Amino acid sequence: MAELKVMREEFLPPKPPPRRHLLSIADLTRDDVERLLGTARSFERSLEREMKKLPTLRGRLVLNLFFESSTRTSSSFELAAKRLSADTMSFKASGSSVDKGESLKDTAITLGAYDPDVIVIRHAEIGAPQLVARWTGAHVVNAGDGKHQHPTQALLDLYTLNEEFGRIDGLHVAIVGDVLHSRVARSNIQALTMMGARVTLVGPPSLIPRGIEALGCETTIDIEAIKAADVVYVLRMQRERMLEGANYVPSLREYAARWGVTPERLRPGQKVMHPGPMNRGVEIDPVVADAADALIETQVRAGLVTRMAVLYDLLTHGPVAVQTAAEIHEVA
Amino acid sequence: MLVRKDATAESLIVTGARVLDPVNGVDAQIDVRIDNGVIAQLGASLERNGHRVVDGAGLVLAPAFVDPHVHLRVPGREDEETIATGTAAAAAGGYCAILAMPNTEPVVDSAAVLGALFEDARREAEVPVGFLAAITKGQAGGELTEMAELADAGAVAFSDDGRPVTAPGLMRRALQYGSVTGLKLALHCEEPTLSRGGHVHEGPVSAELGFGGYPSIAESVMVERDLSLAAYEERPLHLLHLSARESVAALRAARECGVEATAEVTPHHLCLTDEAVRTLDSNLKMNPPLRSREDRAALIDALRDGTISAIATDHAPHARHEKEVPFEAAPFGVTGLETAFSALYTHLVEPGVLPLETILKRMSAGAARTYGLTEPAVAVGARANLVLLDLNASWRVEEGGFRSRSKNSWLLGESLRGKVRATIADGRMVFEG
Repeated sequence: MAELKVMREEFLPPKPPPRRHLLSIADLTRDDVERLLGTARSFERSLEREMKKLPTLRGRLVLNLFFESSTRTSSSFELAAKRLSADTMSFKASGSSVDKGESLKDTAITLGAYDPDVIVIRHAEIGAPQLVARWTGAHVVNAGDGKHQHPTQALLDLYTLNEEFGRIDGLHVAIVGDVLHSRVARSNIQALTMMGARVTLVGPPSLIPRGIEALGCETTIDIEAIKAADVVYVLRMQRERMLEGANYVPSLREYAARWGVTPERLRPGQKVMHPGPMNRGVEIDPVVADAADALIETQVRAGLVTRMAVLYDLLTHGPVAVQTAAEIHEVA
Repeated sequence: MLVRKDATAESLIVTGARVLDPVNGVDAQIDVRIDNGVIAQLGASLERNGHRVVDGAGLVLAPAFVDPHVHLRVPGREDEETIATGTAAAAAGGYCAILAMPNTEPVVDSAAVLGALFEDARREAEVPVGFLAAITKGQAGGELTEMAELADAGAVAFSDDGRPVTAPGLMRRALQYGSVTGLKLALHCEEPTLSRGGHVHEGPVSAELGFGGYPSIAESVMVERDLSLAAYEERPLHLLHLSARESVAALRAARECGVEATAEVTPHHLCLTDEAVRTLDSNLKMNPPLRSREDRAALIDALRDGTISAIATDHAPHARHEKEVPFEAAPFGVTGLETAFSALYTHLVEPGVLPLETILKRMSAGAARTYGLTEPAVAVGARANLVLLDLNASWRVEEGGFRSRSKNSWLLGESLRGKVRATIADGRMVFEG
């Protein structure tokens, strides 16, 4: 009997690899990040050719599911999929059945019926991508879920830093502003500390979440602290996420005067990043935003190749790595 | 006043169990004979008298549990729970009596609504059920309900559970006027301007995950306010579902100063911390939220020394489609009646954190004492309110196994030890499994 069983297993088709997602930077290892950055670099070179389109993901369907507004992220995911020859479909919540009160689950199941290979989702609420991963058979990429995570933003920021400095390990990054409402900050703190960078959060105490130091970063209210950093990463004041009358800061005027990133507060040659969209004159002085030391446009270009790398990594049977904890458990 | 549906009292004999009633100092391998619903005799190898025999060999027979804090969702949300399903769940959890909160649709703020509930309960309730009435009309925090009339109509106590009585002046008035009823006020302590926008305990976990923080002080400043008012008015009060160590400290200090304050704690606050929320599972969303390791330790200490005298499930059924949404969009609340004992046994007794006796006391006599209900006891002449527990059983919490109409348990998929095998409530067998 035992022998028979062994033979039977040999003839069974190999188990499909577990379905991988990119939901949070916390799910990645340093090796995963290095592999993704390496893939992105090779795509950057391929984009320098005259024929920019690669046949890699021909016949695959990438579904962009955006429940929140987006310019950079949705356009770069769409272009990334197209550069890899995947078919794309874009779904925007406004003007859809979501307006008629359809639940996230029903929307996910409905769109999942088209068998997309990848669902790229942005949602105002924390954990929506995890739910879509549970309710559909697609690989899910989190393109921003509420104040939680924006992992591809952090990856493109790492890519940008690595291109600029040739390393991430040992860099000192000051993240300035509204950390409380920022998924970009959360993903970046995790990504930067994992890759060996030192992170200092700078801003008014009401916008620095209590207990954030547990992620391995420092905090200060003193804007002068940014001078010591290699890079100043400026966050947008997320007025749309602030509760009415919550008084996080008395006024944008006072915020800008106290924590705005101005030329006077920077060292000459100090690099500046911003995830966009910018509130010029609030968190960032227009002179800083337009200066040669700003890496903001580089970030946008990095977004394309990084997202190409993420799609490629998820859809090719490379080493299993970009994986949720739940799935690791399932496999074990 | 507690009511249940009509049923004949039974005559039973439970044989061979370890009979354990820590309040009355009983711990012996004896038989318990029940004649017409009343405990008639305790002793070794009793005459069977033709009674139905319940084999208790290898099991523990203890006073059944009392849950002072349940949401039965009637009237208004019968899709989530009914008196029939909620009391059946209670029976399966080892409870011989439960008390329902008044935050229904409409709110239990008039004798008419309360009267209708008693009518339903007389028809449907598997175990005796009592009802709290609202402190303020519509639980809106504006005007007091007609407390005297509600007391006459059979309310067990008063509560605006689900929300605080925000205005201190009104809270004071409720304490003053409430004294004419002889009934206690049960308070949900939450300062709304501090908890606003909060979904998860404020700390490293909420900071990392991005959830709006619901800080401990949102509870404790209100606990401190209400204890001050109670001290000033020299009135008793009961604090619902304590979660924060600052609240425990305030309660302990007030009791030492002679304030007649009692408090309850839920199984989930005793078993879990906010670390559990990392799964983003909406079945871990409750109000107050799961708190830090230090808070959990303070709650356990307070339960051990009796500062917290009652364990209450805060059983809060929710429709599946309302919980199958992202965490922030989901309503607060989890079910608990059918898992309370097993959860506490698995998470606290087995690892040696608390002795079984403490859990039994706080789930039974301590909980009953909160509002002056009859304390279940293993004593000759007492009404039979007993639970038969299998401490060696292992079982998995699964959706299919619930008698509750809702499945939003914080324990789904978990393997637990300790299982309720039978429940005798008010002299009749209400659950065998």
